[in-house]
Amino acid sequence: MNRYPLWTYILVALAIVLGLLYTLPNFFGEAPAVQVSSAKATLKVDAAVLARVEDTLKKSGISPTGLYHDANSIKVRLADTDTQLKAKDLINQSLNPDPLNPSYTVALNLLSRSPSWLTAIHALPMYLGLDLRGGVHFLLQVDMKAALTKRLDALAGDARTQLRDKSIRHAGIAREPSGVVIRFRDAETRAKARKLIEDQLPDLLLVESGDGADLRLTGTIKPEAQKRTQEFALKQNIQTLHNRINELGVAEPVIQQQGADRVVVQLPGVQDTAKAKEILGRTATLEIRMVDEENMNAAALAAAAQGQVPFGDEFYVERNGQPLLVKKQVVLTGDRLTDAQPGFDSQTQEPAVNMTLDGAGARIFRDVTREAVGKRMAILLFEKGKGEVVTAPVIRTEIGGGRVQISGRMSTVEANDTALLLRAGSLAAPMEIVEERTIGPSLGAENIKKGFNSTIYGFAAIAAFMVVYYAVFGMFSVIALSTNLLFLLAMLSLLQATLTLPGIAAIALTLGMAIDANVLINERIREELRGGATPQAAIHAGYERAFGTIIDSNITSLIAGLALLIFGSGPVRGFAVVHVLGLFTSIFSAVVVSRSIANLTYGSRRRLERIAIGNTTWK
Amino acid sequence: MEFFKIRRDIPFMRHALAFNVISLLTFLLAVGFLAARGLNFSIEFTGGTVLEVSYEHPADIEPIRKTLEQKGYNDFSVQNFGSARDILIRMPLKPGQESAALSRAVMEALTAQDRSASLKRVEFVGPQVGRELAENGALALLVTSIGIVLYLALRFEWKFGVAAVIANLHDVVIILGFFAFFQWEFSLPVLAAILAVLGYSVNESVVVADRIRENFRKMRKASVTQIIDNAITRTMSRTIITHGSTQAAVLAMLIFGGAALHYFAVALTIGILFGIYSSVLVMAPIVRWLGVRREDLVKPVRDRKEEAVV
Repeated sequence: MNRYPLWTYILVALAIVLGLLYTLPNFFGEAPAVQVSSAKATLKVDAAVLARVEDTLKKSGISPTGLYHDANSIKVRLADTDTQLKAKDLINQSLNPDPLNPSYTVALNLLSRSPSWLTAIHALPMYLGLDLRGGVHFLLQVDMKAALTKRLDALAGDARTQLRDKSIRHAGIAREPSGVVIRFRDAETRAKARKLIEDQLPDLLLVESGDGADLRLTGTIKPEAQKRTQEFALKQNIQTLHNRINELGVAEPVIQQQGADRVVVQLPGVQDTAKAKEILGRTATLEIRMVDEENMNAAALAAAAQGQVPFGDEFYVERNGQPLLVKKQVVLTGDRLTDAQPGFDSQTQEPAVNMTLDGAGARIFRDVTREAVGKRMAILLFEKGKGEVVTAPVIRTEIGGGRVQISGRMSTVEANDTALLLRAGSLAAPMEIVEERTIGPSLGAENIKKGFNSTIYGFAAIAAFMVVYYAVFGMFSVIALSTNLLFLLAMLSLLQATLTLPGIAAIALTLGMAIDANVLINERIREELRGGATPQAAIHAGYERAFGTIIDSNITSLIAGLALLIFGSGPVRGFAVVHVLGLFTSIFSAVVVSRSIANLTYGSRRRLERIAIGNTTWK
Repeated sequence: MEFFKIRRDIPFMRHALAFNVISLLTFLLAVGFLAARGLNFSIEFTGGTVLEVSYEHPADIEPIRKTLEQKGYNDFSVQNFGSARDILIRMPLKPGQESAALSRAVMEALTAQDRSASLKRVEFVGPQVGRELAENGALALLVTSIGIVLYLALRFEWKFGVAAVIANLHDVVIILGFFAFFQWEFSLPVLAAILAVLGYSVNESVVVADRIRENFRKMRKASVTQIIDNAITRTMSRTIITHGSTQAAVLAMLIFGGAALHYFAVALTIGILFGIYSSVLVMAPIVRWLGVRREDLVKPVRDRKEEAVV
């Protein structure tokens, strides 16, 4: 009766092998590495960059112990920290000839030493939280009210332009706290205006009020448009943060949405909070200017390249290497841009970027383009006071309505990136830091050591007691508890859940609680023996009867664990994840693994006189 | 080896009144401390800034306090943290104050005073985050309690659910009472520990309830009191060994876990010790007073089946 079918043993063996496999990477430790990622949204880290990195290292006689290339970065694993620093400088010099304007972020990082076949089956070391590896954590709150105000301002401007274009006479447009208020003198005009605005600006919800000669139309943003605006603001802010953090040279930044209006930024390894904050809070601006066509001849360009720039111009180099003289006078700034999306030209089917300008911007743009058909305009992005020409297209026709399309000589990827760059130039809404945590690297290492020691000594104490108290069955319990630890570590590595100090505490606690199931089983077996059952029957009854209780007691723990997981944040969540995972591994290891061992040891013996589960003869 | 060689059932229920009076007294005492002193909430709940600074030699608190006072800060606290070389500075929230600027200014002052001062950790929490955390914590406690009542009501009977939750919430209040009395810092990990303990000590109630149900089936002539006494006595060995093991793990955390896990482990310790007592000796009398009967737990149909077998 105490025999499992073969498949159960195979299942347990398989689980243990997989557990070992996925826990393995944690034992290899970490090696110094250099990570190369793109510092600009328009640049991709591709095979060509990989070749350059390899070439640079080969020339200097540095042989990396590993080279990895994934979607966004190249990682070079090196033998020691000296070589790491040397390699970083070399790669930096080779990839970024102009140190003031780096194209790639070259950062120091740590890479697991585990062999590549482990990485190939996605067996990675556990992902350590900031409190274990040191770094900076920010929680930023996006000011959604400001985002909506900005949107409503833009809509008010658009409404003004629309009404003027269609020559609908109104008695004033005002931005009031309640929304956009447009006044009219007669009902007929109001009805006409209403129809126009409803057609052209579907985001506005219009309400009529007033009487006599003071008729009003009040526009507010529709709930669904509000939601869209907020989502867009959050997305754009996250994108902007991405771009800015790229410059910090952080190896593995985490930038994530949290809730409806918050962004989490985690920068492992960064210690200088002040600098990090300065960079996060910086604004980038978009500028549209005209190209100085009169001076765009070879002689003037050559002179400009030498530093002799004509008066009132600035010298830039386009991304394709073409030199360009741009007037200093600014036509439009990014404040007037409400959106930028990649798309296709409706006539030529070429990839294009569609920009939307607000009312005032649209008017200026129309006036400028009418006068400059056939000439070139430059779209520049300014960051840290330095500008870069994103694109410099030729104006083909007068462009009205605020919808601007940039097309020509662009691939789909470039169109995507340009749209992103235009959008990401500035924050859609102001952000405020509502939570900040900085953990020094020494503290992180200390925390790991302390957490590890707590777990090991706790485990040792429990194991010693179990073996002394329950003899052979205590051994079974200890083996089951070890597999529990193994499964838990494997799950954490496999899921790449963030392990924090409270998480390690949860591992220690899980072990302390998991032994409960084993104690329940062992006590039951003893009781059955005392009651006169044969050893085989006692084992059987002990496991069977304890099972229900084990499930019940773990479910109550699970309820608390899930509540923590749902309502908890930060340290509590780190605890809850491990706690909940631990409950599942506990049930499996206590019920299935320990019974497999007991069955394997005793199940095949026909005449089992006694089993070693401690002294039960007192009755 | 065997610790508990108890031949006869211990008449726990005879002393039920005494247990309940003890519980009520400790409970009222805890509530009293909570009301009189309140909890010493960490900055995670109140908002504010915490700086952990490490020195190469044992740090003198007094000069550090003076230095900061000279800098114009008030209403802050300085204390040793974990070791004599580490100190923790807590500063309350001030409108318009930048946390980065604050930590930098404080560190400049401290390094000017002692060059070996190095910043180990900064934590800043804004006011709205703190409020949310407190709300979510209370909500988690509520959901856990309701969830446990529902589960036990489904699995056993509503009387067990209610009794178990009363018994274990009484533990929670007592842990909070300890934190109020000693003015220990009540942080997020402590909250996590309390909820974990809540889920964990309900286990005891589950084990005892399981036994009571089994006894109702097996001991057909016994009175309710006898059945409960027997259930507690038979599970006592397991209860104490399990709690001992969990406490061993928590003790390791208390000894080796350092300052960061200290109060987490303390909360667990109190929870485990009181858990043994309350989930058994508070729950069982309540169940009896709620009037648990054989018919509550033993379904008639199933009963007959068992009869046929025996």
